[in-house]
Amino acid sequence: MNIFTILISTIFVNNYVFAQFLGICPFLGVSSKTETATGMGLAVTFVVTLSSVITWAIQKAILDRFGLQYLQTIVFILVIASLVQFVEMFLKKSSPNLYKALGVYLPLITTNCIVLGVAILNIEKGYTLIQTIVNALGASIGFAIALLLMAGVREKFEFSNIPKPLQGFPIGLITAGLMSIAFLGFTGLV
Amino acid sequence: MKLSRVFYNGLIKENTIFVQAIGLCALLAVTTSAINGLAMGIAVIAVTVGSNIVVSLMRKFIPDEIRIPAFIVVIATFVTMVDMFMKAYTPSLYKALGIFIPLIVVNCMILGRAEAFASKNSLLPSIVDGLGMGLGYTLASLSLGMLREIIGAGSLFGIPLFGMNFQPALIFIMPAGSFILLGIMMGIFNHVRRKKETSKTGEKEEVLDEYIYNFD
Repeated sequence: MNIFTILISTIFVNNYVFAQFLGICPFLGVSSKTETATGMGLAVTFVVTLSSVITWAIQKAILDRFGLQYLQTIVFILVIASLVQFVEMFLKKSSPNLYKALGVYLPLITTNCIVLGVAILNIEKGYTLIQTIVNALGASIGFAIALLLMAGVREKFEFSNIPKPLQGFPIGLITAGLMSIAFLGFTGLV
Repeated sequence: MKLSRVFYNGLIKENTIFVQAIGLCALLAVTTSAINGLAMGIAVIAVTVGSNIVVSLMRKFIPDEIRIPAFIVVIATFVTMVDMFMKAYTPSLYKALGIFIPLIVVNCMILGRAEAFASKNSLLPSIVDGLGMGLGYTLASLSLGMLREIIGAGSLFGIPLFGMNFQPALIFIMPAGSFILLGIMMGIFNHVRRKKETSKTGEKEEVLDEYIYNFD
C-alpha cells in the first residue's frame, strides 16, 4: 500500500478512535481541557511511534525467527510498559522542559490500548518498517485530532444545561457518536 | 466483608462500564451482535477471575516495587490462554473479536482489580470479586450487543425478529451507534441507581419525569 494512502486512511477514514475504538479511555478521560489534550496527544505520538518500531523489530528478529509468535501479547505489553518507563526516566534527565509538558501523561499511556493495538495491527497487516512508522504516525495524529476536537466541545459543556443523568461520561459518549458520524464523511477518500 | 456485598459491589455498585467507565474500547468495538458481546464478556470473566486467583495466591511473594509489571505478566498469560483457547474451539468468534482479544491485557479494569482488591485479600473474596466485576462487564456487553443487534440488524442471536419487511437502522451496527447507545444506557443506569440510593421506597417513580424537566 502507498505510504500516503496509509497516512490519510489512518488519520481520517479509519480514525483509530472513531472507527476502530482504540484509545477510548484517555479520549474520554483526559479531554476536558485543550491544553491537557495537546500534551496527551504529543506524548501518545511519541510513544506509539517508538514502540511500533521496537515491537516490529522484536517480532521480526526474535519471535518470527524462533517460532514464538504465541508469546506476542506478553512480550509486546512488557516492551511497551518498560519503554514508557525508560522514556519517562530519559526525559526527566535530558530535557526537563519536555518532561514537564509530557511527564504527567506518560504513566497513563501503558494502559492506552492504542499503543498495543497499533503494534499488533502492524504485524497483522504485514507492514514493512517504513509502513509501520507511517501507520504509527497516522494513528497518533488521528488520536490527537480526535482528542483536541473532543476537548474543544467539552469546554462548552460547562456552560450548557445537560440532563443530570447524562452529565460526565454519557454525554461524552453521545458527542463522540455524533463526531463519528461526521467522520463517516471521509469514507470515499481512499 | 461479606461475599455477597463484594459480588454486588462488582456487578452494580461499581460496575466497570456504567459507573467507572473503564475498559470501553473493546466493549464498544465488538458488540455488533449479542453473541459477540456475550463471548467478550465470558473472555473477560475468565481473565479477571484467573488473574485475581493468581495475584491473590502470590500476594505475599511479589515485592511491592515490581508489583505492577508482575500483575501485567499474570494478566497477559491468562489473555494468551484465552486467545489460544478461542482460536482452537471457536474460530468464527475468534475472527469476529479479532484484535480485541489480545487487547484485554490493557483493559484497565483487570489490572485495577488485581491492584485494588486481589493483592490485599485472600483467595475466596478475590474469586468472588473477579466474578462480580466480570459479570458486571458482561451485563453491559451483552445488553449493548443485544440492543445493537435488535435495532441495527432486526435479529437476536442471529434469529430474525421482525419478518422480511423490517428496515434495520444500520447506523447502530456502525461505530457511531455504539457510542450513542452506550451513552444513553449509561445515563439510564446512573439515573436508576441514583434514585435507588436516595429513596429506597420510591424505586418505581416515573423515570422520564426528570429528563423532561431537565430538557426545559
